[in-house]
Amino acid sequence: MRIETSHLRVPSGLAPVRATLENGAVFLGKQTRTTPAVTISLAMRAGSICDPADQAGATWLLSRVIDRGTTTRSALDIADELDNRGISLNFAVTRHILSLVCTCLAEDFEPAFSLAGEMLMHPSLPEEEIATRKGEVVTAIRQDEDNPAVRATESLMALLYPNGHPYGRPTKGTIDVVESLTREQLMRLHAERFAPAELTAVVVGDVEMERARHLVERTFGDWRRPRPAPVPLAPPVPGRSRQRLVIPMMNKAQTDIAYGFTTIRRADPAYEALRLMNNVLGQYALGGRLGDSIRERQGMAYYVSSAADPNVVEGPLLVRAGVSPANVDRAVASIDEELTRLVQHGVTATELDDSRRYLIGSMPRALETNAAIATFLQNSEFFGLGTDYDVRLPELLRAVTLDEVNGIARRVIDPACAAVVIAGPYEDS
Amino acid sequence: MASPSEVRQLDNGLKVIVQEEHTAPLASVWCWYKVGSRDERPGLTGVSHWVEHMNFKGTTNIPRDQVKGIIEQFGGSWNGYTFIDQTTYLETATRDALDRMLFIESERMANCLYHPDDCESERSVIISELQGGENDPDQLLDQELTATAFKAHPYRHPTIGWISDLESMSRDDLYGYYRRHYVPNNATLVVVGDVDTDEALRRAEHYFGGIPAGQAATRLHTVEPEQTGERRLTIRRSGTTAYLKVGYHAPGVADPGFFPLLVLDAVLTGAKGLNLWSSFRVPPPQRSARLYRGLVERGLASSVSGSLLPTEQPFLYTVSVTATEGTELGSVESVLLEELDRVRREGITEGELARAKAQLKARLVFESDSVTNIAHQLGYFDTVATVGLFTSLPARIAAVTTDEVASASLTLLNDSNRTVGSFVPLDEN
Repeated sequence: MRIETSHLRVPSGLAPVRATLENGAVFLGKQTRTTPAVTISLAMRAGSICDPADQAGATWLLSRVIDRGTTTRSALDIADELDNRGISLNFAVTRHILSLVCTCLAEDFEPAFSLAGEMLMHPSLPEEEIATRKGEVVTAIRQDEDNPAVRATESLMALLYPNGHPYGRPTKGTIDVVESLTREQLMRLHAERFAPAELTAVVVGDVEMERARHLVERTFGDWRRPRPAPVPLAPPVPGRSRQRLVIPMMNKAQTDIAYGFTTIRRADPAYEALRLMNNVLGQYALGGRLGDSIRERQGMAYYVSSAADPNVVEGPLLVRAGVSPANVDRAVASIDEELTRLVQHGVTATELDDSRRYLIGSMPRALETNAAIATFLQNSEFFGLGTDYDVRLPELLRAVTLDEVNGIARRVIDPACAAVVIAGPYEDS
Repeated sequence: MASPSEVRQLDNGLKVIVQEEHTAPLASVWCWYKVGSRDERPGLTGVSHWVEHMNFKGTTNIPRDQVKGIIEQFGGSWNGYTFIDQTTYLETATRDALDRMLFIESERMANCLYHPDDCESERSVIISELQGGENDPDQLLDQELTATAFKAHPYRHPTIGWISDLESMSRDDLYGYYRRHYVPNNATLVVVGDVDTDEALRRAEHYFGGIPAGQAATRLHTVEPEQTGERRLTIRRSGTTAYLKVGYHAPGVADPGFFPLLVLDAVLTGAKGLNLWSSFRVPPPQRSARLYRGLVERGLASSVSGSLLPTEQPFLYTVSVTATEGTELGSVESVLLEELDRVRREGITEGELARAKAQLKARLVFESDSVTNIAHQLGYFDTVATVGLFTSLPARIAAVTTDEVASASLTLLNDSNRTVGSFVPLDEN
């Protein structure tokens, strides 16, 4: 095991302990004493992009079943272990990561961690559990079909990432595919994609890091599986003309608008400039410039904001708003107007300074809880940002110039090439 | 548990609670008002919430164009919420922003502007918020169930208000309500974080001491008459998924009968804790819970949850179920009611009691993981009961016996105390 302690390199900040096991698994830990609790975050680089082309939703279903039995424990044993100690367990699937997040009392850290590790390495995926979880997933997909906000966002992603691109597929899959998935397919997916070299185990909380590191070694140290080949992922082709899709849902009261572009990769040197631009556009205070215009000045929406999500390949910039059906056209026009103004005139030096000060100043708050620190460390590890990223981040933000922010706006935003989805009680006239 | 808090009352009646927490360089300030939707008369439903919105729109000494960024300059966030018993506002930021946060709250208490144009603009924002809620069938059913279960007490109307009242309320209605209820003798100020108690109390006196006391508003005091028979409602609307809710009139948080019910809920659906601001962020441990096993594990439901909110006056204990695709609500209801009847007949076991207590103990730790969450709990409990009740939660939970749970179940879960609500989806196609 190689151990690096970033204490040696930086004088302050989170200074997490990082170690790499012989089999390639990574441990990251940070001791905190706010509460006698621990957050365990196990991230496997085996997200929904790993779904075979004809099995969209397989990773999601796997995430619902993986904790329902291991080679040595039944679903009932696991239920008792979790519930008798009040342990909270949650699985999430993103495009690149399947993650287990567990919150427990410090006194329960060892049994909770051992159980979590067993679930990830040795799930038994019982047939009856697969059948029950399928019923839940199908119901969740049906609920999504009735949710204008989900319909708008998922349809926008399909427009931005067309032709079966893994970023454009719904993570939960479709009902017919989910119903057809077999235990053998899920077992194969697990066998092919889950491997120690794809694992990052983060522990944050009221536990000695030496103890946590030993437990990670004891739990995962003997696990042997070859690292899987990377999933090929093509960059998206930027839109060349405006796309517009209306999904009439006349049983609803409010209309959701999703509007966006593909942008840049997380590794792009302009990432921090994009983050600052997005903060000015649709985050700062109550939704940035978009919030000023659409909510504050025009009173059209309860919510409006933008989010930039650069990823392994070019991620999206999404603007989302919920408006009354009568205001849809005016809201879309206002989004166009704000984006055009941003591209043509840029942000002001004051706006940039405000957003920069906010993003730097909010770091202590953003890193206050165990769960938030664990998320930050996982993100830093996934994108290779280093264990001192929290310390370097303020300087990275300070180094961004006004020209860089306005340059990235011109590079990624063009309302004439936006994709726009409108879902709700609205029809094109 | 956190360090003890200091409580003072200023001459104008403002109660100030300060608690030092030196785990992060942060401070959280909350200002609580004993006014919520239960204080609203017919014709003015939704006024408390609308007033909350107006109190973010500038004051005599914080011009409208300086609201944006006033706390973000310190990396801080601010927010507020309105519920049935209370309205509250918060800022969390770096500790050097303490004066700024106190200044904002003192301005909010005494000097909000209520410009007529802002009132009009906010009308459509709030109607948009209402419509967004109506998009969610589960939320719509919850609103209708509450309105059916209560026939006299003002808990019956939704915090967002009824649409006709939102359409007709005037600026004078809003401003008059603000002036009546936003007085120091109707408020509690809470400061938690990396502060010195004496200094924080001095700063609170500095900012709030000059605000004159007002005439204490008399709260509406309708007592809900005992329910004399089961009530039912069915919403038939276009949709994809069927939902069932069952509500029982339950005691307020200060009633000794509340805590056995908290344990009962943990046995039925898993422990959620008592922090409305944070509890939903950590999923409850519920795989061993009776209703989860009876409904979700048998494939009848994709989710089941229980809700026993800590309210000042008797509110509802509600169980909510999402039926799986293809399952009739009738079979969900018969299993649900049979399980509730079984616990009413047989009570709970010592093992279930121990498990529920372990879960609740863990939740109390998890929900106190930040200065924001700790401050919320102090202010919340002071508003609906006492800080003493909050600090005694572990002891009160630990003291609950199986006999008390059995007795509480017998009283609560009888059919004449029950309201059953169904959402039946109509297929448009």
